[in-house]
Amino acid sequence: MAHDAHEVKKEMVAIYPKKLGKKRAEQIVVTELGPDGSVPEIKANVRSSPGIITQRGCAYAGCKGVVIGPSRDILSIVHGPIGCSFYAWLTRRNQTRPPSDSDPNFITYCLSTDMTEQEIVFGGEKKLKAAIKEAYDVFHPKAIAVFSTCPVGLIGDDVHAVARQMKEELGINVFAFSCEGYRGVSQSAGHHIANNQLFKHVIGLNELAHEDKFTINLLGEYNIGGDAFVIEDLFRRCGIKLIATFSGNSDYDSMANSHTADLNLVMCHRSINYMAEMMEKKFGIPWLKINFIGAAATAKSLRKIAEYFDDAELKAKVETVIAEEMPKVDVAQKDVKSRCQGKTAMLFVGGSRAHHYQVLFKEMGMEIVAAGYEFGHRDDYEGRKVLPTIKVDADSKNIEEIEVRPDETRYVPRLSQERKAQLADPELEFQDYVGMMPEMEDGTLVIDDISHHETERLIELYKPSIFCAGIKEKYAVQKMGIPCKQLHSYDYGGPYAGFEGAINFYREIDRMVNMKVWSLVKAPWQTLAPQPEPAPVAAD
Amino acid sequence: MLLRHTTAEVTERTALTINPAKTCQPIGAMYAALGVHGCLPHSHGSQGCCSYHRSTLTRHYKEPVMAATSSFTEGSSVFGGQANLLQAFETIFTVYNPDIVAVHTTCLSETIGDDISQIISKAKADGKIPEGKHAIHANTPSYVGSHITGFANMAKSLVTNFAEGTGEDKKQINLLPGWVEPPDMRELKCLAHRMGVDVIMFPDTSDVLDAPQTGKHELYPKGGATVAQIRSAGDSIGTIGLGHSASTRAASALEEKCEVANEMLELPIGLQATDRLIEAMRVMAGVKVPDIITDERGRLLDMIADMHQYIHGKRVALWGDPDQLVSLCDFLVCLDMKPVYILTGTPSTRFEKRVRAVLGDSVPDVKIRKGSGADMFLMHQWIKQESVDLLIGNTYGKYIARDENIPFVRHGFPILDRVGHAYFPTVGYRGGMYLLEKILNAFMDRQDREALEEKFELTM
Repeated sequence: MAHDAHEVKKEMVAIYPKKLGKKRAEQIVVTELGPDGSVPEIKANVRSSPGIITQRGCAYAGCKGVVIGPSRDILSIVHGPIGCSFYAWLTRRNQTRPPSDSDPNFITYCLSTDMTEQEIVFGGEKKLKAAIKEAYDVFHPKAIAVFSTCPVGLIGDDVHAVARQMKEELGINVFAFSCEGYRGVSQSAGHHIANNQLFKHVIGLNELAHEDKFTINLLGEYNIGGDAFVIEDLFRRCGIKLIATFSGNSDYDSMANSHTADLNLVMCHRSINYMAEMMEKKFGIPWLKINFIGAAATAKSLRKIAEYFDDAELKAKVETVIAEEMPKVDVAQKDVKSRCQGKTAMLFVGGSRAHHYQVLFKEMGMEIVAAGYEFGHRDDYEGRKVLPTIKVDADSKNIEEIEVRPDETRYVPRLSQERKAQLADPELEFQDYVGMMPEMEDGTLVIDDISHHETERLIELYKPSIFCAGIKEKYAVQKMGIPCKQLHSYDYGGPYAGFEGAINFYREIDRMVNMKVWSLVKAPWQTLAPQPEPAPVAAD
Repeated sequence: MLLRHTTAEVTERTALTINPAKTCQPIGAMYAALGVHGCLPHSHGSQGCCSYHRSTLTRHYKEPVMAATSSFTEGSSVFGGQANLLQAFETIFTVYNPDIVAVHTTCLSETIGDDISQIISKAKADGKIPEGKHAIHANTPSYVGSHITGFANMAKSLVTNFAEGTGEDKKQINLLPGWVEPPDMRELKCLAHRMGVDVIMFPDTSDVLDAPQTGKHELYPKGGATVAQIRSAGDSIGTIGLGHSASTRAASALEEKCEVANEMLELPIGLQATDRLIEAMRVMAGVKVPDIITDERGRLLDMIADMHQYIHGKRVALWGDPDQLVSLCDFLVCLDMKPVYILTGTPSTRFEKRVRAVLGDSVPDVKIRKGSGADMFLMHQWIKQESVDLLIGNTYGKYIARDENIPFVRHGFPILDRVGHAYFPTVGYRGGMYLLEKILNAFMDRQDREALEEKFELTM
């Protein structure tokens, strides 16, 4: 890789109209770790310029699609024209496993008010009420969630009032999300909106008590490809009691009961850090940033949990599980390294995966040449230490910030101040996240909200062995002769979490970077020296 | 059970759609715009619309689907999207350099009331649309019609923006394919070519959404109707429009604007619908039908005759888009099969009448639903009341197929879990053979899987 990242950056933004070029230049940085641990500032969580061809989606996608969608027994009704509900119908492949065949599972259903011109003109509240009633009559759920789409906000339907009214009428929990697609600048706004409403309307409603010693919640794990199943199994083997996952393989009751846990684990910092903070303030539950993507990261995360609880028996169990799993991982690593060592990868996806998956590539001996988030914020790149310096712009101001106070009866500090101070070791990431950039090699390109133009130029210049992105990018990248791994949907594979997932991922990447097809792009006659045109032969 | 909450008992719903059999207008407009050479579709709305449409089309075709968006924020929703669209034009023509930007609206920009014609005029006046380049638009409010309506509106916009009658009589006919797959469009052109008929086809997504692997990504692949071709449609002998719900608007616009007479036909899926297309082309272009086509027809007929025992009398449930459903029913009736449940989420005035006409008295107890309230939840309830032998529809049918153990042939949009639709036609006689093969395999695979050992057949 003989490219000077600074030169590449200049070249990439040169084509843009001047103002746009200036903006993009602030969203592209070259990593450099200062002696004090500082990293360059990146502009993030800002608007995508119209016309740019962005990877990003909308607030509705972040709220309904990402955070609430994976939960199997909250019945989701999308209030709007048919499309928004249709496109989010099963497409994120959140796996779920109800305890029995008779337990509710609404994941396969797509509900919509299918708004027509009539409701756009005269208002849709009446139809929404009727739809909630009809949904109740068919499904008899414990909870119904209503999601607003773009026109709903504009015509002024009060979805929250409708939800309150129907909650009273039906005697079940009904709550709504003002997650119109135009809110914020990306899916990220929707995550925040989803966190807020779950916190206000669900958390703390179920007081079931637990005898278990080590109770946790897993925040920001959505069980794509079965990742949550793998992690649940690890917890079980270590003797850690999982109360609720937000929201992969989850159900309503467990979420409502999650305030009883003694620790929150934050997997996807971007989509769920709000919840961790709010639960800490209201119920006194501390949180830890963990990462179950990558074998070493999984081992480290389990040890961090054991360290938090500071229990000899738990620590021993964790070590036993790690000792059981690592030999298999080592064998797989050694095998794939013989074919993958030194190959290069680029990751442009999501709000945490572009960071987490770097670990797996490094474990295979591969090098990261560029990375960036689709909808991350500065703290996801630079670490939470920059939070006080992030300016809140007009787009973020529109998202509600809930003021949270300690619960009068249920706030229970889990740790003494002294113990908290002990846990403040940066390695532990106790109530902290160091971000993507400090863990990257100096001189690597980091690009926020990468555009299609930048994607093409990067690939042309660096010719990486593999590019990681989403469905919209996949086939454009592959047309360039470079394999593209989807890190939203996992290309319908997985799981990639935990030790078992790491092995799956090594094998998958090994397959992709060593596929024969990439060497067969030219037909035999396309590699010959130019020949005289043969006489035409009559054809069909 | 995957759909464990679905019961046989139907309670009337007036407000709630469960498991829709349609989606919204803009995705159809995006698909149609991809069938124009050098065209970048542009979604005037929130980012999510563009992202969802690109994702769905990409999952269906396993191909790049490039499109831009106006990236509305709360501010644009209050003040209107003009500034966003003007900026988008500047960025798109500078960075991505298309020949055409085809703007479609969304529920958001329609509710706000953005006047796209006016914004395009302003963009032209401000010099944001370079000389020789084009910006066109179609109004595609998501709360009216369905994805088919969006396709029809964008196809019509191609006519109103580009078609011109110069007075010259060109020996060519316009063939509007409707919403069919790239291999279908390729097959239709091949049929015309074999008959010696020059056709102007638009939209034409062949060589766009089935582009070869070359090691290079072409932002604007070699396929797609060119502006010059669409322009010349105003001088053609006549127009054959395929599929009433997808092609009538464009065909009528051509007649109105350029006085090119049109003949509307059902999509040429199956034997008799293809016969009608061949006849129409023969008469309109004044050509003879070559033996190669008659022989192909004979091969399809032969296949039906040979394998009739496996298909006759079978009860079929179908859902999808009106144009496809009418022709599929026509084909199934010709195979002596029984389409018993037929349903589309797309509102259509002629759909039920046409289906009943096609069925004649062959299926007295047929259930037909369209538009509002016609969803796959209802279809599943019908099936639970009395089952069928075969399902034909888009990928979402797989959940019903598995729960009810019913053979399933994927047809329509979207198909997210199989690949054939992107490569093999279902129009024309060859398309009929491909479709019949899939239907036969579905029955025969089931027989092989479930037959008692002593009843397991070597020859079928």
